[in-house]
Amino acid sequence: MLVREREWWHDWPSMGYTCAMSQAISQPESIPCGTNSQAVVSVTGLTKRFGERLVVDKISFSIHRGQCVGFLGPNGAGKTTCINMLLGLVEKSAGEIRIFDLEAPRFHREIKARIGVVPQADSLDPDLSVEENLHTYAGYFRIPRRLARVRVEELLHFFALHNRRNEIIEHLSGGQRRRLLLARALINQPELLILDEPTIGLDPQARHLIWERLETLQEQGTTMLLTSHYLDEVSRLSQQVLILDHGHVVVQGEPRQLITDFVGLEVFEVDGTPSELDGLQASFEQCNATLERVGDKLYVYAKEECSRLEKILSGGGSWLRRPANLEDLFIQLTGRSLRET
Amino acid sequence: MNGFSFWTIWLRNGRVWKKHILATLIGNLGQPLLFLVAMGYGLGRDMAPVAGLTYLQFIAPGLVASAVMYSAALETTYGSYTRLTVQKTYEAILMTPLGVADVVLGEIVWGASKGLLAGIIMLLALPLFGVVPSLWVVALLPMLFISGMFFSACGMIMTALAKNYDFFNYFTSLVITPLFLFSGIFFPVESMSPPVKGVLEMLPLTPIVSLARILSYGRFGEPILLKILGSLFATGCAVCLAGYLIRRRLIQ
Repeated sequence: MLVREREWWHDWPSMGYTCAMSQAISQPESIPCGTNSQAVVSVTGLTKRFGERLVVDKISFSIHRGQCVGFLGPNGAGKTTCINMLLGLVEKSAGEIRIFDLEAPRFHREIKARIGVVPQADSLDPDLSVEENLHTYAGYFRIPRRLARVRVEELLHFFALHNRRNEIIEHLSGGQRRRLLLARALINQPELLILDEPTIGLDPQARHLIWERLETLQEQGTTMLLTSHYLDEVSRLSQQVLILDHGHVVVQGEPRQLITDFVGLEVFEVDGTPSELDGLQASFEQCNATLERVGDKLYVYAKEECSRLEKILSGGGSWLRRPANLEDLFIQLTGRSLRET
Repeated sequence: MNGFSFWTIWLRNGRVWKKHILATLIGNLGQPLLFLVAMGYGLGRDMAPVAGLTYLQFIAPGLVASAVMYSAALETTYGSYTRLTVQKTYEAILMTPLGVADVVLGEIVWGASKGLLAGIIMLLALPLFGVVPSLWVVALLPMLFISGMFFSACGMIMTALAKNYDFFNYFTSLVITPLFLFSGIFFPVESMSPPVKGVLEMLPLTPIVSLARILSYGRFGEPILLKILGSLFATGCAVCLAGYLIRRRLIQ
């Protein structure tokens, strides 16, 4: 089966493999690379108002060919509204959207023919079988019947659904449904894949399978826009992240760089009584680190190697040392308070 | 909208319908057939001829028209609302090259097709009750389709405005049932007093019922052109309004 999959992906339209790779690694501002280097998505000053409420406020960003951009933000930050504006499901109040160098929403029909979308909510046809769902979707893209049959077959194998082809959607597990949503999004061999929480509610096995498939697609040069609250997922898949909050872009860039710049190199999580933590806090202040107290926990974000920290801590107590990650960055930039109260 | 791309939505609905064919047919045809038996046979036996027809003959064409109305209107209310909300079918469709206009047209043409099918089955069933339509009835089929478009579009309008399934009770109780009762299916509109007649003739089902009767028996006494043009105009307006309201609901 593995061999089959690999063969299949050779047929996928190539989009300048090496170019895509070098783009993915480099910064978006880097030297353009051939004609494939233009931004697949370029958004300037995008704004959305629902009545008085400003949901998206002059957002600008671009996604280069072959890149996966992680779209992050607390609930209500404006991520889904933003994506829906790209897809024309929400009308923009102001700003400019260009996808494949075509103006949206004017050329939406042309644009959407080249996009694949994995929506957050399951929108499969519950009355139809796995295979029928894919054929129906192929029909919307006007993919000729014969070609559709070939693609459906390939996608069923790629997502390990071929033994389920005649199953009605109701009988599928959550993981199978998600895989089918992904397969459906790929029926038109999209150049841009928009993934809105693609692994929400799945078990680790199912998530890993989906990640592997997405990585295969990335190797083939598919451009991706990913939103997720699972920051391990975003770290694994994205070369660029963009953090939104209250309708603004808080920060965007290469995740490792952003973590180093805003959080530091590593994090110490220390448990203790308030007086113990007070004492530690005082001694840590000599280090190049930022400190944060949350309840009975002290977080120390070390900006540089600080062996002294460990020495102080080795005296006892319960603590944990780990590399700084995207979640630290996220919390640092958007705060700890709940958004939906 | 792009040519006939809405057709793919029609095909999708057809694919689903094939799986529940029996349930939907019984649901749509049960009522008009029961009325035909109860009113035509039960009540009609002891009644004097109406407009030169036995009562069974008199009500049969109108019941065909009502089968179209029920079938079309129910499809684009309960059916379409399910696709709009629970199943998120429209959302999935809008992520493809298809647009809102395709969705609306696909749904309306689908509802009208189901309506037409219900009408055809009713017509085919009539000889079982001793009612044999004339060959002119073939000319009725396009009009039944137009009427199906109109009631599908009305259903879509309701779907666009609905907050939940209960909302459709207004539609069935305040629109569909009164139309069923007062559009001249069960009594001749012409025999009513002028003001009442005027109102009843403005109801959207009345011209279809009267066309159905004219064409079923090939008895051309009254002008039909105005009825046809009026129905076409009303259908055009309803389709446009449905398109506008569904767009407002789907695109924020």
